[in-house]
Amino acid sequence: MKDKTIRKKDVSDFLDRLIQSNRVYAPVMENGYFLFKTIKSGSEVNLDYQNAKMSPKDILFPQSEALFRYQLEKRDVEIDVPVQDEPNPVIFGIRPCDVRGIQALNNVFSKNPKDPYFEARRSKTVIVGLGCKETHNGCFCTTVGGGPCTDDGSDLFLIDIGDEYLIRVISDKGEDLLKEEDLMDAEAQKITAAAEVAEKAQEALGPCVEVQGSKDILTRRFNDPVWGAIAEKCIGCGVCTYLCPTCHCFDICDEALYKEGKRIRIWDSCQYPLFTRLASGLNPRDTVEKRIRQRIMHKFAYFPDEQGMLCTGCGRCVIECPVNLDIREALKVLLRTGAAQ
Amino acid sequence: MKNPYVPFPVRIESVLVETEDKNIKTFTLSFIHREDEEQFIYRPGQFAELTVFGKGEAPFGMASSPTQPGFLEFSISKAGVVTNELHQMSEGEVLGIRGPLGNGYPLETSKGKNVLIIGGGFGFSTLRALTNYMLEETHRKEFKQITLIYGARRPGFLLYKSDLEAWQNRSDIQVFLTVDQDDTGWRGKVGFVPAVTREVAPDAENTITFVCGPPAMITHTLPVLKELGFQKERIFLSLEMRMKCGIGKCGRCNIGSKYVCQDGPVFSYAEILNLTSDDVF
Repeated sequence: MKDKTIRKKDVSDFLDRLIQSNRVYAPVMENGYFLFKTIKSGSEVNLDYQNAKMSPKDILFPQSEALFRYQLEKRDVEIDVPVQDEPNPVIFGIRPCDVRGIQALNNVFSKNPKDPYFEARRSKTVIVGLGCKETHNGCFCTTVGGGPCTDDGSDLFLIDIGDEYLIRVISDKGEDLLKEEDLMDAEAQKITAAAEVAEKAQEALGPCVEVQGSKDILTRRFNDPVWGAIAEKCIGCGVCTYLCPTCHCFDICDEALYKEGKRIRIWDSCQYPLFTRLASGLNPRDTVEKRIRQRIMHKFAYFPDEQGMLCTGCGRCVIECPVNLDIREALKVLLRTGAAQ
Repeated sequence: MKNPYVPFPVRIESVLVETEDKNIKTFTLSFIHREDEEQFIYRPGQFAELTVFGKGEAPFGMASSPTQPGFLEFSISKAGVVTNELHQMSEGEVLGIRGPLGNGYPLETSKGKNVLIIGGGFGFSTLRALTNYMLEETHRKEFKQITLIYGARRPGFLLYKSDLEAWQNRSDIQVFLTVDQDDTGWRGKVGFVPAVTREVAPDAENTITFVCGPPAMITHTLPVLKELGFQKERIFLSLEMRMKCGIGKCGRCNIGSKYVCQDGPVFSYAEILNLTSDDVF
C-alpha cells in the first residue's frame, strides 16, 4: 500500500473510530508525565511527547499476570488457564526504541518453548510507531543500531511533517487497520519531507560510543577492577530494569487462600540479591558489582549474535537513575579503554 | 501445544526419610492421569519443577531412573518455603510437576567407555538415577567398567542405603563409599572425595566422568582429575543455579551465554571453563 497522510487534527477522530473494535493504547499525559493507557476517546491522546515514563512493554508482558488458577480437590487438582479475549490491541504512537524493545522481548518469549501468554497478545497486536523529530538528552538509539525514525517492527509508522503525519504502511496488519479509512495517498513532496525529517533526526543524534565488538572487549574485561568503579554508586534499586523495554526477567509465585489460588508471574530484577540466591544460602552474584556486571554483560555481550543487543537506547535508565549512573558512560569506560588494551 | 507453565497433577505415594538429621526425604510420586505420564519421558540428569499448590514451585533433579516406570522419585532437602511445606506433606496429597526440563547426562557419548561417577552428599540424587539407568540389564552392556565414588559427612548422611547395598553386591560396578568422620561400625573409607578419587580412579584414557556435589567437593576434585590425566571435555558436571521458569525465559539462571535450565544443568568442564560467568561452584 502507498504511503498515506493524515492531518494532525483528524487523528483524534481516527482513534475514536479505532476504539470501536480495538483496545487502543496510546500516550496520555497524567500527573505531569506520559504513560501508555487504554484510551476511551481519541481526545485523551497527546502525541506531542518525547517518550512515556514507562516503556509500554507491560501491554504484552504485564507486570503481574495470572498463569492459571487452581482448586485443590481431595484426589486431584483443577487447573484453569485464563483465556485472553481482549479486543485486538493497538499500540498507537509508540517510539521506535520501544518497538525494538518489543522485538527483543519477542526473541525471548517466542523462542521454543513459546510463551503462550506473550504469543497470544503479540500475534493480535498492531503496532503504530511514531518517529522522533527531536531527541532528549538520555537518547542513544543510534549507538545500539536503532534510529529516531526506524520503522522496523511497526505495522504503521507515523512521521511528523508539520500539520500532517505521513503514514508508512509497513505490514498487512497495518493496511487492515486503515481499510475503512478514506486517507489521501501521500504526495511525492510529503514523502520527501518525511525522509528529510528522518535524516535530520538521525544526524542530530550521533552514536556516543562504538559498540561494535563489545562482546569481545567486555568478555576480556570480565574480571577487570573497572566494574567495581562503575558499581560504586549503585544503590541496587532496580529502577533501570523496571523501566527497561527489553528487561524480561520474572519470578513465579503462588497467591493462595485455603484450597484455591492462582499462580502469578511478576517482574523481577537481576539487580536484587535474592534473584540468584539459592535456598542453601549460596549466591553466585552476591555483590552489587557482580549484579551490575550481569546487567551490562547480558545486554551487550552474552547474546549479541543471536538476539541483537538487549538495549534499545531509550535512555530511561539514564534519566530515572536516582544516583545518575549513566550506562553510556559505563560503556565508554569499558569499551574505549578496553579497545585500547 | 501444551502450555509450558501448567503442571501435571501428581500424588505422593510414599515418603522416606533418608538422613539421620531427617532433613532429606525421598518422595515417590505417581501421575494422577495416565496421559500425563506418557508425555513425561525423561533421561537421567534432567529435572522438573515441583509445585506445592499455594507455596509455589522449586526445581529438583529426578532421583529415579526412567528404567523404573510407573513412578518418579525426588530427594528433597528442607531448605526454603516450598521444601519446608513439602516436608510436612504425606502420602495421598496432591502436587504438581512440570517437565522434564534441561539436557540430562550425555549417555550417547558414554557408550563403549568406562564410566566414573563422583557424588557428594545430597548432590548424589541424579547420579543415583544415572547409576540405576546404566546398571539396568539392557543398558549395562553399552558401558565398560563402572566406578562409583560417593561421599557424605557421616554414614547417616548417605542416601539410598538399599541401592548402595544392592550395588555393592554386584560384580559389574565398583562402589567406593567414604565419610568425612569415622563412625563405629563403618566399613567404608574415611576421607574426602578428592582423596578417594586419587586413590581409586580408573585409567583416565577412555573414561567419562560425571560429577555432582557441593561446591567444595567439586573445586577440590577437578584438580585431582586433571592431575590424573582426565580430559576436561570428558568430565561432566551438573550445576546448581536458582531457577524459576525452567524454559529459558525468566533470566534467573543465566550464566554467560547459557541458561542453566535449558542448556544445562549438565555441562562439560571444558564448556564451563569457556564461559565468561560468575563462579557457579
